[in-house]
Amino acid sequence: MTHYSAFALVRKALGGNRGWSRAWRNAEPKAGYDVVIVGGGGHGLATAYYLAKEHGITSVAVLEKGYIGGGNTGRNTTIVRSNYMIDGNTRFYEKSLRLWEEMSHDLNFNVMLSQRGQLNLCHSPAQMDAAARRGNIMRMNGIDAELLSREEVRRKAPILDFSDEARFPIVGALWQQRAGIARHDAIAWGYARGADRHGVDIIQGCEVKGFVWERGRVVGVETTRGAIRANKVGLAVAGHTGHLAKMAGLRLPIETHLLQAFATEPVKPILDTVVSFGAAHFYVSQDDKGGMVMGSDLDGYNSYGQRGDLPLIEETMADAKAIIPLLSRLRVVRHWSGVMDMTMDGSPIICKSPIDGLYIDGGWCYGGFKASPASGWCFAHTLAKDQPHELNARFTLDRFRRGYQLDEKGMGPTPWAH
Amino acid sequence: MLRITCPFCGERDQVEFAYGGDAASVFPDLADADLDRWTDAVFMRDNPRGDHREFWQHQHGCRQWLYVVRDTVTHEIKSTLPAREPRRAAATHEGRKG
Ligand SMILES: Cc1cc2nc3c(=O)[nH]c(=O)nc-3n(C[C@H](O)[C@H](O)[C@H](O)COP(=O)(O)OP(=O)(O)OC[C@H]3O[C@@H](n4cnc5c(N)ncnc54)[C@H](O)[C@@H]3O)c2cc1C
Ligand SMILES: [Zn+2]
Repeated sequence: MTHYSAFALVRKALGGNRGWSRAWRNAEPKAGYDVVIVGGGGHGLATAYYLAKEHGITSVAVLEKGYIGGGNTGRNTTIVRSNYMIDGNTRFYEKSLRLWEEMSHDLNFNVMLSQRGQLNLCHSPAQMDAAARRGNIMRMNGIDAELLSREEVRRKAPILDFSDEARFPIVGALWQQRAGIARHDAIAWGYARGADRHGVDIIQGCEVKGFVWERGRVVGVETTRGAIRANKVGLAVAGHTGHLAKMAGLRLPIETHLLQAFATEPVKPILDTVVSFGAAHFYVSQDDKGGMVMGSDLDGYNSYGQRGDLPLIEETMADAKAIIPLLSRLRVVRHWSGVMDMTMDGSPIICKSPIDGLYIDGGWCYGGFKASPASGWCFAHTLAKDQPHELNARFTLDRFRRGYQLDEKGMGPTPWAH
Repeated sequence: MLRITCPFCGERDQVEFAYGGDAASVFPDLADADLDRWTDAVFMRDNPRGDHREFWQHQHGCRQWLYVVRDTVTHEIKSTLPAREPRRAAATHEGRKG
C-alpha cells in the first residue's frame, strides 16, 4: 500500500498518476473471525482500527450492508466539538477531540480537520449565565471555553444579524476555539485504510439478517453472503441498533428518528466559524467549496425512512434567515437526511449487552460524528477486555433502570426532543 | 407532509398537530413499585420498523389526543382514533391486522 506523502504525490504525478494502489482490499468473507463488527460507518471502522492497533486483535471483519461511509457518516453536518457539561460526557468528548487532532498523522490520511471554532450564541442575559456555567465546567475539565461579548462575537462573525430589527438580539456567545468541522467521508476511508493495513477484512454489500446462536450465546451472524462465525459481535449500526437488537430479542431505550441537512449554492467566504443559534436548534458553517451547510431539529416523529419532510425544511429556513438574513438570497442545492438512534437521555450506549457474545455501540443521536474516534477507541477496549474503559463506563444500558441517566438537556424520556 | 385525519375535524396538515410519542407501552398501576416494570414502561421501546402506534394531539384544532397507527418506513397513516381508550384502540388495530 502506498504511504501518502508530498514525495509520493510528486513521484506518482511524474509517472502519470498510474500505480496508485487501492486504499483497502475488497475482502471476501471468511468462515469466522475473533470479532465481527456490524456497520461500516466511522464508529465501526474506528473500532476495527483500534482493535488491531491498540489491542493486537486483527482477526476482525467489518460488515457493511451498503458501502462504507454511506450511512450517517456521509450524511452529517460534520461539526466536531467537546462542549459537554455532565460527568461521563465531558471527558469522553474531549478524548474524542484529542484523537481528532492527531488523526490525520495517525492514519496517514488527511481528514481535513479545520479547528475554526464554534460560537454558541446567547440571546438573553439568562442564556449568558447558563453559558458561563457551562464554560466554567468545561474549563474545570481541561476543555477550552471562552465567554464572548456581543462585540467580540461581531468581530468573529459580522454577517450575523446585529441590526436593531434582529428578532433574537445577540447578547454574547460561548466560544470553543478547538471546535470545527472535518471531511465526513475521509474518516470512513482513513479508518478503513488503517484497519485494512492491520489485516482487518472490510466487507461491503453484506447485510446482517440475524444471529447465529449456541446455547443462548451469540456466536456469529447470518448475512446475505452466508453465515459468519465470531467469538464476539459488535453492533455499530447507528439508526438501526433497535432493529438489530430486536433480531436478538432485546428491547432498548432507543427510538429511531430522522434528521435533515441542507447545503446551499457556493458563495465567497462569508463565515469562517461554526455558528449555533441560541434561540432555536440551528447550526451552520461554510464548507470548503463555499456552500453553507445547515441543520436543525429532528423531524419529530419516529421514522426509518431516510428522507425528510416539508415542515422541518420551512423551520430550518426560518431559523437561517433569523440569524443570517442574507441566507434568504441563496438557493438550497442539496438536501438529505439520515436515520438515527435517539436514546431516552440523549447520551450514547457503549457496553456489553445482556446477551453473551453481543456488544452494543449505539444511541449516538445527532452528535455522533465528533464521537467517532473515541467511540471506536472505547468500543475496541470494551470488546477486547470484556469491560468498559473508564471513559465509557457510564454509557451502559442499565443506567436507565438505576436512575443514572446522562441527560445534558434535561428533557426526560422524550427522545425526539433531545 | 403528513396528512392526519382527525376523527373530529377531518383531514388536516401535520403542522396542526403535536407529536406525543409511542403509544404502545402501558404504565403499571401507580401502586405497583416494581422497578423492572416501570423501567420497561418508561424507557424501553419496541421501536418498530413498520407499523408504529403513537399519540398525536390536534393542538391547533380540537385539541383532542389521537391514537394513530403509522408506518415508520413509508410514513403511511393506517388509522386514526380518539385516544381515550388506547387499550381498546390497540385491540381494534390488532383485530384489523389479523
Ligand atoms: C443530517 C445529520 C446531521 C448530523 N450532524 C452531526 C454533526 O454536525 N456533528 C456530529 O457530531 N454528528 C452529527 N450527526 C450524527 C452523526 O452523523 C452520527 O451519529 C454518526 O455519523 C454515526 O456514525 P456510525 O458509524 O455509528 O453510523 P453510520 O455511518 O450510519 O454507520 C452505520 C452503518 O451500518 C450499516 N448497517 C445498518 N444496518 C446494517 C445491517 N443489518 N448489516 C450491515 N450493515 C448495516 C449502515 O448501512 C451504515 O453504513 C448528524 C447526523 C445526521 C443524519
Ligand atoms: Zn381535531
